[in-house]
Amino acid sequence: MSKYYLNYLDELESEAIFILREVWAQFQNPVILFSGGKDSIVVTHLAKKAFYPSKIPFALMHVDTGHNFPETIKFRDDLIESLGARLIVGSVQESIDQGRVAEEKGKNATRNALQITTLLDAIEEHKVDCAIGGGRRDEEKARAKERFFSHRDDFGQWDPKNQRPELWNLFNGKYFEGEHFRAFPISNWTEMDVWNYILRENIEIPSLYFAHEREVIWRNNSWIPKSEYLVLDGKEEIVTRKVRFRTLGDITITGGIESDADTLEKIVQEVAAMRQTERGNRADDKRSETAMEDRKKQGYF
Amino acid sequence: MELNNSQLLRFTTAGSVDDGKSTLIGRLLYDSKSIFEDQLEAVESTSKQKGHAGVDLALFTDGLRDEREQGITIDVAYRYFTTPKRKFIIADTPGHIQYTRNMVTGASTANAAIILVDARHGVIEQTKRHAFIASLLNIPHVIVCINKMDLVDFKEDVYQKIINQFEEFASKMLIPDIRFIPISALLGDNVVNRSEHMDWYQGAPLLHTLETMHISSDINKVDARFPVQTVLRPQSKEFVDYRGYAGRMASGVLRVGDEICVLPSGFTSRIKGIDGAQGPLKECFAPQSVSITLEDDIDISRGDMIVRSNNQPEATQDLEVMLCWLNDKPARPRAKYTVMHTSNEQKAMIKEVIYKIDIHTLNRVSDDTELNMNDICKVKIRTTKPLMVDDYRENRTTGSIILIDDATNETVAAGMLV
Repeated sequence: MSKYYLNYLDELESEAIFILREVWAQFQNPVILFSGGKDSIVVTHLAKKAFYPSKIPFALMHVDTGHNFPETIKFRDDLIESLGARLIVGSVQESIDQGRVAEEKGKNATRNALQITTLLDAIEEHKVDCAIGGGRRDEEKARAKERFFSHRDDFGQWDPKNQRPELWNLFNGKYFEGEHFRAFPISNWTEMDVWNYILRENIEIPSLYFAHEREVIWRNNSWIPKSEYLVLDGKEEIVTRKVRFRTLGDITITGGIESDADTLEKIVQEVAAMRQTERGNRADDKRSETAMEDRKKQGYF
Repeated sequence: MELNNSQLLRFTTAGSVDDGKSTLIGRLLYDSKSIFEDQLEAVESTSKQKGHAGVDLALFTDGLRDEREQGITIDVAYRYFTTPKRKFIIADTPGHIQYTRNMVTGASTANAAIILVDARHGVIEQTKRHAFIASLLNIPHVIVCINKMDLVDFKEDVYQKIINQFEEFASKMLIPDIRFIPISALLGDNVVNRSEHMDWYQGAPLLHTLETMHISSDINKVDARFPVQTVLRPQSKEFVDYRGYAGRMASGVLRVGDEICVLPSGFTSRIKGIDGAQGPLKECFAPQSVSITLEDDIDISRGDMIVRSNNQPEATQDLEVMLCWLNDKPARPRAKYTVMHTSNEQKAMIKEVIYKIDIHTLNRVSDDTELNMNDICKVKIRTTKPLMVDDYRENRTTGSIILIDDATNETVAAGMLV
């Protein structure tokens, strides 16, 4: 007799597929929030499986800050073409040009917080009622309390103290006009699970995750890539290092680590031995103890 | 870490700050090396600011701003750690009486519950309430951790006395598997590492217990139940006639060639194919997500259930349910709700409150029929169309419901069919 139990990766995969099908069944116009990072790539891969042999039924929505790694955009466009899916782009630059938001000033300026307005505008414009994200509960303490189906009010805000209870496998996706949901199919995955899954499934990911030579500067304890948006202060100096990125955000705030891991196997080994959390290299989370909670309440990813 | 066949175990911890719950979770994470350096540094610096001597392990589970300010857990928080043997998901829930609903939420998906007892105080009202909820939610394994053994000089008779107290009241509950472990979360005795102070304890430490307990039988493998979530119709050239019924096996096993029956229509057919996440399968079992194709063209949609002809759930519009009220607004008399049951949804009405459980004494009260937040009651519910249900004790998936208030769209109650 064969054994009737799943290993943990199969169980997580099955759970995520269940959530994705539940989103499709309960909402009118769901999209996948696609950042080009590994988590949204894994969600997209799971969506392919959830609806096979049908095409993936979701459009991919990318909130484009304009401060991208060029590699991310190329990866996004290639993936869209191979999926035959629709791409929706919300542009932070347009939000700035229209005066919806104002750019931050100074050396540590980022467009991270500005994304919230662009995201909510795009959700409204395209009548999206559920935005599927790659958020994980192990990432950050505010995310540890996030639901699979997470309600947003008509201002797009998250109210962590007034969340709907989620029991068993019963997900309540009911909403009133103007409200929407965020859904997080890989809530229960850890960074290690994501990497092990990418390795097992041999999922294509942007080259930025692999160790490569790059021009960088040392800032806030990590290697920030050189880019046209980078403002140097007098003491900072551009050097070449072999680096890779553990998470991908804007090129202005995503710090790399020095690494020789240039294959998936080596990355998995490196992550397993890692003694820092992956968001430790993200300037957006370093601003305060509750930086993520505050942004999430306003409507952040 | 290499890819392996290790399983996933979900457990819930109920208790308050005073029981040392946060310290226990912090200890598990810390001693199993699941804490990262930057997290440790943050906790070390906060411990120093607060004037604690060493690292305050409880700070690892700090949550949202309000919770930190008040020093309590309000909502369910999920935490993760992995050992070479298993991956663990902890549903960390608050223990106070006003958070019963959060305990119920955390317990709903758990394989195991950890109940903390302070060795100095023994079994108290809160302990009984936690055990009752574990029993009500049919958690297969309960581990009673008798904590703060260091404060009672690691004495065996204290431990033995608490076991006796616990077994006395728990004998009236349905808990299939209870274990007792004497620990000190603060000092680490019998959490990850074996205690050097309690030679008289022959059992395994907590982590080893969690790593090795048998959980494959926690899911019902007998009654095949496949609730249909959605229908896949690719309508591409390659798959022109493909019509797949997508869903996740709730229980039991289905094989290609099996004779099946579709509920509620009652049409019968045979399974032609099963597509799993890794390709075609010969058989599927809970909790696999699959897509099933049938030999015959039958009208099937979301909310229907595929089962074996000779083993069917009960189709009924009259449900007897143990209901936990989750919302701060009480139930309105004769109000209409939407009931969600697997992938099925129907309108429903609470017809009668049969009795309420007094959560302090665990006695039944029949003269108080108002449903307030955190109340646990036995009720009768009438639905507009039949649901295909099993007893919750037999099947946690097809035996559970939630109620949604149509006026607010909020999830207001969780129910277990009896």
